[in-house]
Amino acid sequence: MVEYAKDRRYLATHEWVKLEGDEAVAGISDYAQHELSDVVYVELPEVGDTFAQGETFAVVESVKAASDVYMPMSGEILAVNEELEDSPQLVNEGPFGAGWFVRFRPSKPEQYEALMDAEAYEKHCQEEAEKGG
Amino acid sequence: MSYIPNTDTDRAEMLKAIGVESVEELFDDVPEALGYPDLHLPPPVSETEVLRELREISEYNVDLEHAPCFLGAGAYRHFVPSVVGHIIGRSEFYTAYTPYQPEISQGTLQSIFEYQSMICALTGMDAANASHYDGATALAEAVVMAVSVTRGKRRKIVMSAGVHPEYRAVVRTYTQGAQLTVIGDTTSATDISSLAEMTDADTACVIVQNPSFLGYLEEPDALRALADAVHTAGALLVVSADPISLGLFAPPGDYEADIVCGEGQALGGGLNFGGPYLGYFACRKKYLHKMAGRIVGQTVDRHGERGFVLTLSAREQHIRREKATSNICSNEALMALAAAVYLTAMGKTGLRQVAELCYHKAHYAARQLSTLPGYELLSEQPFFKEFPLKCPRPVEEINDYLLDEWGIIGGYDLGRDYPELANTMLVCVTEMNTKEEADLLVEALGSMEEEA
Repeated sequence: MVEYAKDRRYLATHEWVKLEGDEAVAGISDYAQHELSDVVYVELPEVGDTFAQGETFAVVESVKAASDVYMPMSGEILAVNEELEDSPQLVNEGPFGAGWFVRFRPSKPEQYEALMDAEAYEKHCQEEAEKGG
Repeated sequence: MSYIPNTDTDRAEMLKAIGVESVEELFDDVPEALGYPDLHLPPPVSETEVLRELREISEYNVDLEHAPCFLGAGAYRHFVPSVVGHIIGRSEFYTAYTPYQPEISQGTLQSIFEYQSMICALTGMDAANASHYDGATALAEAVVMAVSVTRGKRRKIVMSAGVHPEYRAVVRTYTQGAQLTVIGDTTSATDISSLAEMTDADTACVIVQNPSFLGYLEEPDALRALADAVHTAGALLVVSADPISLGLFAPPGDYEADIVCGEGQALGGGLNFGGPYLGYFACRKKYLHKMAGRIVGQTVDRHGERGFVLTLSAREQHIRREKATSNICSNEALMALAAAVYLTAMGKTGLRQVAELCYHKAHYAARQLSTLPGYELLSEQPFFKEFPLKCPRPVEEINDYLLDEWGIIGGYDLGRDYPELANTMLVCVTEMNTKEEADLLVEALGSMEEEA
């Protein structure tokens, strides 16, 4: 059963972002990790890098494909999940928890409100699944 | 039977779509004089006649079975054991087919895996790919990889002038338009410490060749100090190395290189009229995901039995498209197999013997040549199987004389690449050169001076 966490927002390209005070955490959704199947490698940015919303900030490789991961909101990277280097399977095991990608400081917090909430995102995923991905 | 499946109607339709009248019109940009030249071909002759004529032409060739050869400069004549040709000529291997389907390609995959393992053992690296086209493209891929490892943030490449001039040209060709600056190779003097001084926070990698193009061996301590400086600056150390030299001297892994690559032709490849050659490539495990090319990995099947598969394919262009580590993911599988068979046949001690023979024979030749009036060694720096020899006249003149009067193929004219080294010949001596050949070269050069 695919999970759609309600405490965060989503991009149509399957990234999630969760606000925590002035900071935000981002990763890929449960739907995305299901589609990718076993994740074997995650390439993360460096702390201090800045990205605009929609820019590629990471790459995730699974046994099926390699996909770019897009920045859900503009900001500066504060921390990366170093656990993923040795344990990329955390993305499969806990996409909304232990499998987080980066913590960042949003430079345009207002971007958050324009993102999809869990309900809209679930609908988006269902449509995508009906179209055959 | 025509292999072109489209019909005249199809063609007319396509021409109309792009707005031209005829196929010929597509070639309007070719100057008329070059467009449809008159080739002045003789009338047709029978197959026997063609073969006779071609044989006659071929007999003008000078070949290495008959002429003593002192030419190296990146392409080397080493002994190729007969077993190499026998193994690579087997129909199971002698195919261009890519082993994408492991269930029918275990033999090919295992041979590549063994090749990779031997390259790792030779270079002191953790991982090797299934090869590149040649030493020059392998080095260019190393540059692209170093830029990628440093996340594209560093735009400077420091390259020693001791790197093969053609490799340096290929590196520049590969990186043109990529907003990279290549520095460090303006003079022939390869001062390791000056390379360290050029390395800064904008440097992606530092490239040295060891032995250098001039044949010189760099001190392992100096190379280790360079590696420290390069790593302190956050850059990678790339070493291009003659694999035969690694049978005798410290592998680049010992002096902390990050990427080791080079020309593998010397490993059972023969000279092959300049190709096919073999670019070998190896790196540290932490950079594995940024390595270009095909990689074969060892695994176990569902019965727990050892098996081999292409692995980490997500780096490759058929999966990652424009974001692939390289857009050339072809390899030289047959030449890699030749290298694997060669290394297996020679073994650890055999390869060391080859390297020792090269070293001692080259040093014998150097000693003898430096006694000739007008000739002297360019420097006292330690060398492996090649050394620059200062000559009393242009190298081209000497080589013409050697070939015409003595049937000897002389060395490489270093003045072609290094203006300050005019009248300097790069002499190459391998295990294939006999003592008599070296003595003959000395005699020939001596008599040239007497005649002059």
